[in-house]
Amino acid sequence: MSARPIVSIAGVTKRFGTIAAVDGVDLDIQRGELFALLGGSGCGKTTLLRMIAGFETPDTGRVLIDGQDMTGVPPHRRPVNMMFQSYALFPHMDVAANVGYGLRREGLPAAEISRRVAEALDQVRLVDHGRRRPAQLSGGQRQRVALARALIKRPKLLLLDEPLAALDRKLREGTRFELVRLQEQLGLTFVMVTHDQEEAMSMASRLAVMNEGRIVQTGDPHEIYEHPRTRFVADFIGIANILPVDGRAWLALRPEKIGLFAARPNTDHAEHGRIVEIAYEGDRSLYRVALTDGSTLLVSTANVARHPREPWPRGQEVWLGWAADAGQRLEE
Amino acid sequence: MRLVIALPYFWLATFFLLPFALVLAIAFGVNNPDAVPPVDLGLSLKNFRLLFTDDLYLAAWLGSLRIAATSTVLCLLLGYPMAYAIARARPGLRPLLLMAVILPFWTSFLIRVYAWMGLLASNGILNQFLRTTGLVDNPGTILGTEWAVHLGIVYGYLPFMVLPVYAALEKLDTSLLEAAADLGASPLVAFLTVTLPQSLPGILAGCLLVFIPAVGEFVIPDLLGGTGTLMIGKVLWDEFFLNSDWPLASAVAICLLVLLVGPIALFQRQQAKNLERQ
Repeated sequence: MSARPIVSIAGVTKRFGTIAAVDGVDLDIQRGELFALLGGSGCGKTTLLRMIAGFETPDTGRVLIDGQDMTGVPPHRRPVNMMFQSYALFPHMDVAANVGYGLRREGLPAAEISRRVAEALDQVRLVDHGRRRPAQLSGGQRQRVALARALIKRPKLLLLDEPLAALDRKLREGTRFELVRLQEQLGLTFVMVTHDQEEAMSMASRLAVMNEGRIVQTGDPHEIYEHPRTRFVADFIGIANILPVDGRAWLALRPEKIGLFAARPNTDHAEHGRIVEIAYEGDRSLYRVALTDGSTLLVSTANVARHPREPWPRGQEVWLGWAADAGQRLEE
Repeated sequence: MRLVIALPYFWLATFFLLPFALVLAIAFGVNNPDAVPPVDLGLSLKNFRLLFTDDLYLAAWLGSLRIAATSTVLCLLLGYPMAYAIARARPGLRPLLLMAVILPFWTSFLIRVYAWMGLLASNGILNQFLRTTGLVDNPGTILGTEWAVHLGIVYGYLPFMVLPVYAALEKLDTSLLEAAADLGASPLVAFLTVTLPQSLPGILAGCLLVFIPAVGEFVIPDLLGGTGTLMIGKVLWDEFFLNSDWPLASAVAICLLVLLVGPIALFQRQQAKNLERQ
């Protein structure tokens, strides 16, 4: 029933000196996914991406693309294209020449190249910018050129290296939607690398959390968020209260799953405490509550009403309540 | 403050403008062996006319341009790969390699040319090597030919080619080459479509830095070339020292300067563009 994965990484390790940047990774990426590799600096996500692209060769293991063993195949022979973090636009060529570069390498006739370049520019809304040089474009425009340049070759797989990192906040949100829309529209498989968990969660159909060269957990955003497997994942994605239970295990409890009450609530769990700190974020507020046993819990509530200004002021005594299944039990 | 700014002007005026004005004046003069200096100042165009009508001089002009151009191309063919290799070397190794290129400059240029004479003479080291190893039974003599001149110019001016090319290559963003590969370019194609165009400013600078002085070269054609190698620098020397024809020699100097104004201006413009880009 399950179709052959478009990327299959088996037992891949890559060392730089004594450090294993990627340490025994197995991963399957299915056709049509928008897959994200998520992790902090040095977790190996970029090295892994570069091995799919062909810029690094694994020390052990194999990389299969669409069923074919591409381990050791140089990048110019892979049906894969990449959008670089710095965009890597050729400064000595104009936009049209940049976008058409890949097609010229395929030896297509000039007329067809012009036609497809015009089409590609239209797709990224840069129709009148063909004659401009990269230096004359804004950051967002440059990214669209880089995208057009990669997509015009109709690759089986598009790799994106931190696609939103160089953009300012407002542009980031717009580009996020555009990338997702484009991916769905073209039916391509995207694999993106990011350190921004909000980005990964909001864009990816499935993601892998990496740490120290290994994949810690793979799943769709909901699974990763509500069912983390380790404390690392619970802590890395969003905010989590990690409570020790049973002496050896922990409970990951998300701040928004805890409710604030004036009196003891009727929920499965209830705790009494005092509000120590408030982080007002506009749409929600994050409360640090000190419990009677000395520990603190982070609780978040949406500010659903405009008034009162401070529904739960600092120093206020408060009751916390949460359901029995509100938290995820973690063994590691 | 004004005094400080005036100093360079003073320097230029004394050590450039003044001698240049003198040479210019003499160029329009007429040769007079009995006078001291052997010039009758005037407004004669005789010397200039001679330089552009006499076969010998025309041959010397063309010879200089031809030899300088060929040497520049040879220098590029040798210097570019060297610069490329240095730019691709480990960062720790690069300063050492650059030193190796510049090191010969720490010895006298004249002595190095003399060394080449020893290498290229008919019983010189090169021919001895060829004979004893049996590679060539009867090697001709390179010394005294145009090839020796080319060798000398390429050897002497190589750093002027290597350094600008290296500077251009070193600035190259390697992610551009990765992007080219990602889009289907083999390493060779990536070099031709990305590296080479990007290093063009360096190539141009290097070529001009070699060509411009090479046209007026005197020492190398004199010591390494034969009587058949006609270069304008040698002509100038001969006219001045052998024939004591100051006006003619001065005219040669002026013409040479005018000839090279074009390439020099091109070089200046190129450098300005480079600075702008940075």
